[in-house]
Amino acid sequence: MSVQSLKKRNNALADPVKQLEYLSSGIFANGELPTFKESLKKHKIETLRPTGLEILQINLGYMCNQVCEHCHVDAGPDRKEIMTRETMQHCLEVLRTTGAHTLDLTGGAPEMNPHFRWFVEEASKIGVKDLIVRSNLTILNANKKYYDLPDFFKDHGVHVVSSMPHWTRGKTDRQRGDGVFDRSIKALKALNERGYGMPGSDLKLDLVYNPAGAFLPANQDDMEKDFKKALKEDFDISFNQLFAITNLPISRFLEYLIASENYEDYMYSLVEAFNPAAARGVMCTNTISVSWDGFLYDCDFNQMLDLKVNHPIKHISDYQEKELLERDIILSQHCYGCTAGSGSSCQGTVA
Amino acid sequence: MSKSYYDPADLRKFGSITEWSEELGEKFFEYYNKVFEEGSLSAREKSLIALAVAHVRQCPYCIDAYTKDGLQRGITKEEMMEAVHVGAAIESGATLVHGVQMMNKYNKLSM
Repeated sequence: MSVQSLKKRNNALADPVKQLEYLSSGIFANGELPTFKESLKKHKIETLRPTGLEILQINLGYMCNQVCEHCHVDAGPDRKEIMTRETMQHCLEVLRTTGAHTLDLTGGAPEMNPHFRWFVEEASKIGVKDLIVRSNLTILNANKKYYDLPDFFKDHGVHVVSSMPHWTRGKTDRQRGDGVFDRSIKALKALNERGYGMPGSDLKLDLVYNPAGAFLPANQDDMEKDFKKALKEDFDISFNQLFAITNLPISRFLEYLIASENYEDYMYSLVEAFNPAAARGVMCTNTISVSWDGFLYDCDFNQMLDLKVNHPIKHISDYQEKELLERDIILSQHCYGCTAGSGSSCQGTVA
Repeated sequence: MSKSYYDPADLRKFGSITEWSEELGEKFFEYYNKVFEEGSLSAREKSLIALAVAHVRQCPYCIDAYTKDGLQRGITKEEMMEAVHVGAAIESGATLVHGVQMMNKYNKLSM
C-alpha cells in the first residue's frame, strides 16, 4: 500500500504526459493491440461527440484523508489543490443556465473543501434534481467537524454515492488502507439511521464497487445481490444500488499494473471486452468534468491526464453549452476502461 | 522458439488455434462458451468446478484463467482453495480406491 501520492514521491507517472506516452507505446505502438480509435473505427464509430449536458461533475479538490492504491486522482492528505468559492460561483451559474439535471461532487474527499457546505446549500437552492456527493465514508467519522455530515446530507437531500470495494474486511483494507472497512461500516450505519438507503425512503445511498486488483468487475446485478445479502446479514446495512466500475489504467492504478507486471494482460482484457454498445453510451457524451481550478474536461479521467476539452472554451467562467457541444471528445487507450463488457461510468454500467 | 514449454502470454493466443482448423476450432469455442453459460448450475459454480479441474489437470493456463475468472465473480480465496481441495480429494481418492484392486490381487495370489 502506497502511503504517499505519486506526486509526493516524485514518481515519473505523476506526469500525465508520461502516462499518455506509456498508453500509446508498447503493445499499442507495435500493432499487437488496436488503439481505441481503431476499435471505434472497426465498428463504424468515427468519433465521439457530446449529446448535451446532463451531468456537471465537479472535482472540489485532490485532498483526501485516504491514500487508496488504485486512486486515479492520485489523491491524498498531501495534495493541496482545492476549489475556491469564486470557481464554485461559476459552477453554480452553469447549473442555473443549462439543462444539467445532476450535480456530481467528487474529489479527493469533497467534504474536505472548506466551502463544501456553502456550495451544497447554494446548489440545493437552485433545485438541481440529483445532487450527488461521492463520499469515501471514512471522512464522516475522521474528525469531529465532520460528525454531523449525515444530518447535513439529509437536510439538503444529498444523494450519497460511496466506495466499497468488497463486503469483506481484508479486500477493502488492502485496497483502501488499514481500518477503512470498519470505519466505512460505521459510516454506513450512521447513514442508514438517518434513512439513507432504507426501503421506502427518498434518501438515496448507492455503493461503488471497483475490483481490488488487475481484473474486470463481474456483472453489476449479480454483485449487487451479493453485496446486499452480505451487508444485510453481517452488519444489518441497507443501500439502494451498486455501481460496478472498471479501474482505468491511469495514475496509481497504472503504476500498480506496471509494477505487478499485469499491465499487458489487463489491457488485453479491456480490448477483448470492447463493446460498441457501451462505446455509444459512454458518460463523456452527457457529462462535463470541472477541475478544482475551473478547467473543463470530457471526463474525470481526462482531467487527471490533463486533457482539457478540445475547444477554444476551456474554463467554467467562459462556459457556453451550445458551443461546447461542437467538439470531439479526446480519446486514448485508457478509454477502453469505459467500454469493456457492459461498460463503465460514474453511474455504473452503460450497456 | 520459446525456451520454456509454457509461456503465460500464450494463454491470450488460445483463440488462434482456429487459424489452422477453422471449423473444428470454432465448434470447440462455441461448445466451450455454451458450457460456461448460466444453466442448471450457476456460472459461478461452473467457474469453481473449472478451477478444481484445472488443478487436477495441472494446467497452468487454466489455473491462471479461472483464478482471474473467480476474482471477477467475487469468489473469495477461501472458496477457491476449498474447490482445489475437492479436486485434490477426488484425485487422492482415485489413487487410494485402487488399493482395493491391490488387495484383491494380493489375496488372489496368496494361499
